[in-house]
Amino acid sequence: MKLLTCPLNGKRNISEFTYGGEYHAMPDHLTSSPRDWAEHVFFHDNVAGIVTEWWCHTASSFWFLAERNTITDEVIRTFKADEIYQQRVEFTAVASETQS
Amino acid sequence: MPFGLLKYGLSRTYPAKHHFTPAKELKKHYDVVIIGGGGHGAAIAYNLAKYHGITNVAILEKSYLGGGNTARNTAVIRSNYLTEAGVNFYSESVKLFNNLSNEFNYNVMMENRGQLTLAHSDAAIRSFRWRAEVNQHLGVRSELVDRQTIAELVPNLNMSEDIRFPIMAGLWHADGATARHDAVAWGYAKGACDRGVELHQLTEVEDIEITNGRVTAVKTNRGRVECGAVVQAVAGASSIVAKKAGIPLPIHCYPLQAMVTQPYKPILTPHVSSPQVHVYVHQTSRGEFVIGGGSDPYPLYNTRATLDQRESLSAAALELFPFLSQARLLRQWAGTTDMTPDYSPIMGLSPVENYYLDAGWGTWGFKATPICGVTMAELVATKKVPDLIKPFELERFYRFEQINEAGATAASH
Repeated sequence: MKLLTCPLNGKRNISEFTYGGEYHAMPDHLTSSPRDWAEHVFFHDNVAGIVTEWWCHTASSFWFLAERNTITDEVIRTFKADEIYQQRVEFTAVASETQS
Repeated sequence: MPFGLLKYGLSRTYPAKHHFTPAKELKKHYDVVIIGGGGHGAAIAYNLAKYHGITNVAILEKSYLGGGNTARNTAVIRSNYLTEAGVNFYSESVKLFNNLSNEFNYNVMMENRGQLTLAHSDAAIRSFRWRAEVNQHLGVRSELVDRQTIAELVPNLNMSEDIRFPIMAGLWHADGATARHDAVAWGYAKGACDRGVELHQLTEVEDIEITNGRVTAVKTNRGRVECGAVVQAVAGASSIVAKKAGIPLPIHCYPLQAMVTQPYKPILTPHVSSPQVHVYVHQTSRGEFVIGGGSDPYPLYNTRATLDQRESLSAAALELFPFLSQARLLRQWAGTTDMTPDYSPIMGLSPVENYYLDAGWGTWGFKATPICGVTMAELVATKKVPDLIKPFELERFYRFEQINEAGATAASH
């Protein structure tokens, strides 16, 4: 049984967790081009080595980040998202010109 | 044949011919360099040499011929996909597979066994009906079948109604088949090398030189090679190789695990898969039951076998075929799959002018080998993207025009 340490719930069986994708800094949704946005959504570094990625403890819906080696499958550390996100991320849309 | 065998037995020297010429020194320049000596790379080289007269070609393989995912897949051939682009592409591949042994004059052990996908829910029946309609419209033999037909097609399948997921209906694909995966790679490589292509094993591409948006050379562990064009056919390492050319790809690599039992007398003809219980099973001509289709739940560049997958694949296989409960497992292994967001491959042009992509082969690479060889060779030779692979270009992700093939999976993801 492989264990993963959840920053909220401690060591749990990895089958209790859901992988959530690579961590990428999100481009500014107001200024980024559709091309940049496509790259953010679809494209991955897919590194063979140490990656930072999202995980969720499914039972408690707690999202956190992990540093993991994708060659050896060793988890180096797990940490809460507030290590990276210090401020609230705003998704406010501006009214488009066609609307009025 | 018996005399040939006798000659073989009595000869002091080794009378059998080598399949292909041993590696020589790398030349300074090749018209086309193919990175990756698997089925796809060999098929592209074969088609370039045989049908386009381009023979100054080198296949550069980091390890040995057909030793990567070509050796690790479960050799399933089918075309009962869901999208028009997918069905058209794979059905051409099935046609080519059917003639491959003749094409090579080399037996690829094609077995037209048919493929049965099981539905255990109303939702699955609806999606199968949809697939059958799409398939039939595009000329693929694919039909929805009831429980009675299933019991006739696969007499030893567990048709009980008091199990976790009783079988309600099936999608019968008479064109489904298997072939010997190694022989496919060997046949292509042999045919390519006979026509002047050079296969360089133990030759790893370390860097790719690009000047003014064009590839000019590749640096390998055996020296620098100039080239007119480069094709990368390295599924499982696509992101890593493409990165050397500065091309980002929408791929995540997941291990896909499979296993085989000890051999039994022949009792199962079709390939049977169940997307619900996540397993597929067929019996090889050697008698082993291949049990496949377990994707690991997170990305990894590692082909280790896990107990988790062994448990879940075994549980699923036993639900379909309870008589396997006494079977011993001989082997369990994994291959690294290039998973794309839309479960379709990435083929064709890249942002680098003379650098061509053959990537994103997820769990559908082996069955595409022949058509991939034909279309990619045509692309390299004519610089025009064949219609059949146009929908699979990398650029589709930038236009938000994915080819959603998620409904047409045999077992995994």
